[in-house]
Amino acid sequence: MNIVLKNNILTYEVGSDGIGIITVNMVDHPANLFNAEMIQAYNEAAMTAINDEAVSGVIVTSSRRMFMAGGDLRFLGKPIEDVDAFFKGMMTLHQKMREVETGGKPFVAAINGIALGGGMELALTCHHRICVNDTSIKLGFPEVKVGLLPGGGGTAKTPYLMGLQTGLTYLLQGTEARPEQALKDGLIGELVATQEDLIPAAKAWIKANPNPVQPWDAKKKRIPGGGLMTPNGVMTMMGSIGNVRKITHGNYPGAQYILSVVHDGLELTIDRALEIEARYFTKVLQTKEAKNIIRTGFFAINEAKKGKAKPKGYDFQKVNKVGILGAGMMGAGIAYVSAKAGMEVVLKDVTMEGAEKGKSYSTNLLNKQLSKGYTTPEKMQTVLDRIEATDDPNAVEGSDLIIEAVFENVELKAKVTKQTEAVLAADKVYASNTSTIPITLLAKASERPENFIGIHFFSPVDKMPLVEIIVGEKTSDKTIAQAVDYVTQIKKVPIVVNDSRGFYTSRCFGTFTSEGVYLLKEGVPAAMIENVAKRKGMPVGPLAVSDEVSLTLGLHVMESDPRLKDNEEMMELYELQKMLVHEYGRVGKKGGKGFYDYLPNRQKNLWPKLAELFNSDVDTLDAETVGKRILHRQALEAYRCLEEGVLRSVKDGDIGSVMGWGFPIYTGGALSYIDYVGMETFIAECDDFAERFGSRFSVPDSLRAMAEAGASIHDFHKMQEPVGA
Amino acid sequence: MEAYIYDALRTVRGKGNKKGALNGITPTYLTQTLLKELRQKHDLDTNLVEDVILGCVTQVMDQGANIAKTAAQQSGYGDHLCGVTLNRFCGSGLEAVNQAAAYVRSGFSDLLIAGGVESMSRVKMGSDGGALMIDPAVALPGHAIPQGVSADLIASKYGFSRKDADEFAAESQKRAAAAEAKGLYKSRVNIKDINGITVLATDENIRPGTTVEALSNLNPSFAMMGKMAGFDSVALDRYPEVERINHIHHAGNSSAIVDGAAISLIGNKAAGAKMGLKPRAKVVAAAVYGTDPTMMLVGPAPASRKALKQAGMDKNDIDLYEVNEAFAVVPMRFMQDMGIGFDKVNVNGGAIALGHPLGATGCMLMGTLLDELERQDKSTGLITLCIGGGMGIATIIERV
Repeated sequence: MNIVLKNNILTYEVGSDGIGIITVNMVDHPANLFNAEMIQAYNEAAMTAINDEAVSGVIVTSSRRMFMAGGDLRFLGKPIEDVDAFFKGMMTLHQKMREVETGGKPFVAAINGIALGGGMELALTCHHRICVNDTSIKLGFPEVKVGLLPGGGGTAKTPYLMGLQTGLTYLLQGTEARPEQALKDGLIGELVATQEDLIPAAKAWIKANPNPVQPWDAKKKRIPGGGLMTPNGVMTMMGSIGNVRKITHGNYPGAQYILSVVHDGLELTIDRALEIEARYFTKVLQTKEAKNIIRTGFFAINEAKKGKAKPKGYDFQKVNKVGILGAGMMGAGIAYVSAKAGMEVVLKDVTMEGAEKGKSYSTNLLNKQLSKGYTTPEKMQTVLDRIEATDDPNAVEGSDLIIEAVFENVELKAKVTKQTEAVLAADKVYASNTSTIPITLLAKASERPENFIGIHFFSPVDKMPLVEIIVGEKTSDKTIAQAVDYVTQIKKVPIVVNDSRGFYTSRCFGTFTSEGVYLLKEGVPAAMIENVAKRKGMPVGPLAVSDEVSLTLGLHVMESDPRLKDNEEMMELYELQKMLVHEYGRVGKKGGKGFYDYLPNRQKNLWPKLAELFNSDVDTLDAETVGKRILHRQALEAYRCLEEGVLRSVKDGDIGSVMGWGFPIYTGGALSYIDYVGMETFIAECDDFAERFGSRFSVPDSLRAMAEAGASIHDFHKMQEPVGA
Repeated sequence: MEAYIYDALRTVRGKGNKKGALNGITPTYLTQTLLKELRQKHDLDTNLVEDVILGCVTQVMDQGANIAKTAAQQSGYGDHLCGVTLNRFCGSGLEAVNQAAAYVRSGFSDLLIAGGVESMSRVKMGSDGGALMIDPAVALPGHAIPQGVSADLIASKYGFSRKDADEFAAESQKRAAAAEAKGLYKSRVNIKDINGITVLATDENIRPGTTVEALSNLNPSFAMMGKMAGFDSVALDRYPEVERINHIHHAGNSSAIVDGAAISLIGNKAAGAKMGLKPRAKVVAAAVYGTDPTMMLVGPAPASRKALKQAGMDKNDIDLYEVNEAFAVVPMRFMQDMGIGFDKVNVNGGAIALGHPLGATGCMLMGTLLDELERQDKSTGLITLCIGGGMGIATIIERV
């Protein structure tokens, strides 16, 4: 091989057979990324090959584990300062890619690893795509998931490869397909068994296809299954529009723009279609929604996963053995995720039977994966062998970490703490997976409160990625560091909060459900409350979710809150819920009767008597106000958590809201939501609501001060620093 | 100046599918048949007619390239005769009447033909494309949904049940069958082929003996669309007070897809004198009113109120109503909203039994109403139609 070009982005070499190989290896980046620099280098190498008479064709591949991870979100997340220049820059990129695919020589992408987003778009500049048939490889366009649209030609070109319907599905759902599926759908053209087969297969294709033409450049360009202006095309587009609203409720411009690029450009020349794509891409990057999703959904969550919340100055403390107390649903789930991450797990319950039942939770989950081919019997056994089910309290001896997940009862928890600390080494951490009881209170039972912490998992543990770490009054930084290390070890997302009733997530979640009930009480129709909440982006309505939690449990939580007696607003809510539970037996979903009626094998229906009890009337309140109340209330509570120091960072507040209780990501999260609405507008509206609906909407002075200073919510901690420090 | 209706004719209606009797007849031929019948019936001096205004919704293929002028040219009325085709969706046929009346009342024209045509068996509904439903920039922010889902939304919001709709539909069939049996469709014209052989001499879609029970067995037509294509959610996003969409409409309680045409002769008093014709009625008021594109079929009531106000009338001044039965819920909601009884509405049946040839229906309803006012010797009637995209149209006529 003769190296023609070599730089920090790629190597271009030519073999004796006259076939060139461009190997992308962006040495300055953790993975190969699609950006202007890369396209410039690619174009330079490709044009050298095209202009070289001795070269018959070119293979494009990567020497990294991934072919290419995608676009450079660090760049895309930045504000666009000159819109015109940005658009022109995009057009230049398209032109450089078009030069390659129309250069007259065959280009083949030899896809050795993951090719997503921009990576797939680089592969689309090639006339043929060959991929290794490895199920760990994912191919597709995930841009929509970060609020964007594929902007490197992916949106304009995909329908040519797989037809309008499948193409739109890939683009709108951000499908990440395994190689076999991608071949079936037309995204790639060929599979090979191993990495070693890639280059020979690519060379064979080049030899057999000296003059390839891209489907979008063919004289008779044709969309598989028909274009937009065919009966099928019209039905597909109509249905896609309907479903985009069903899923996004109009809150995610990226999805709408994907549809628009296809609608406006599909019937035109590819160059015109790419221009349209560039216009929408420029537009989508300027939307608040895309910025929010990138900031919180991508950067903040990724940083959190790496343990950003960990106090500085502590080395990674690996957990080799974890003791889990209580093998109920939570304990069983925690055992599973810990064993899966390679830890030795002791799963202790009062009875052996209970402990075994807890372990069988893992067996069931692994069996499901086995049936889908995601694991092997050997791997499954290895995981199961790591879990020791026991009724012996001493079996947890030697653990690096204890996680207590027994019934939510202070006395019981205290007893278990004492019993366990007797066998736990003095420097090891004891964590309680409580969702309601203050950690400082539980720590009173501990001999070593500095080693005592809360690790609050969400249910079901194997599916929910968020973990809320709760710091008690005496919890040491070292203990926090250990808890964060554990959570990153099990590949979940830790946020660290200070102790408070309901901590952070449960406390804010409570305002969501309670505001729903206040609205109901005022006469807003129940359907309107539920539908408006969903329209605003909450995954479930507040009344349905109250039923899930159970109204009885809701009553208990209120009764155990010392603030209840002195708070008139809270009392109103309590009396109402008490009436529903005690007079009408509306206990929640488990009892088949809550705000909804639950009948077997039927869709749940709102309890018809609600309308009568609360004089429901559409004209009580406009939908816009209903929606604002539902979201503002949660944001205000999140802000109070920030102000009171329950939250230690704005980002943790955003992450916790999005991953913990489903606050819509397009807003950036419950705190970023204040910026999304506009801080001044938010305050003015809350003031209005406080006057009309109750003091729960009263705005803290510190937020007013921030608005007066023209600050963003993300400046909160900056503003708390003493002046001149 | 007043605009007088000298006559109104309509064709028989054939089922709008491949097996329909009029499938082999072009829409131009349907229109011509009426134009020739009008000339013959009144020994009309065709030199007096200035223009043909035709409503037609799907203006492509057979119905493309200005079918009004095409039909005018074919009619033999003379080269002087002009033609203009308009599209106000389902209100097109009535819009043509209103425009003709406006031309006459303004003094711009003395005598015109206004009507509409739609061969739904030959030119498929929706085959003209358009941005309304498929341009995401329009449809997404507009909460656009198909009409059937909109009709089901209205039923869900205003509390009409499947049984209500089926009972209404059975009554429409019963009234139409009775009218047919008594020969009340006086303004109806049969379709004969080029040899003079009768192709269709009755309204093909009427089903005498339709029962509520039989209708109750039909599957809802728009449930799948509402669920699979997300349109139920689109509707609820706009009308969150509705818990869920109750899909009550089906082929038996929605308007039938048919082929047909209608025309009317509209002019001033002087034109009547020249023709030697006595006017049958005059156009008193005409109005349109827009609603949102989601609950798009509730326009008839506000449009009718607007027309009544214009005429200085109230609902008690109207002897009879024709409300297009696009879906059973449309006239039901109209009656609920206006506070009027079924005894005054669609007394000889409606589009559920007879069919709804989109561009023609408005003019057909006017002819049916005029015949019935004369038969009952009553004076004033109101015609109204709901219109896709969110409009209503209403016209008040008064016998003279």
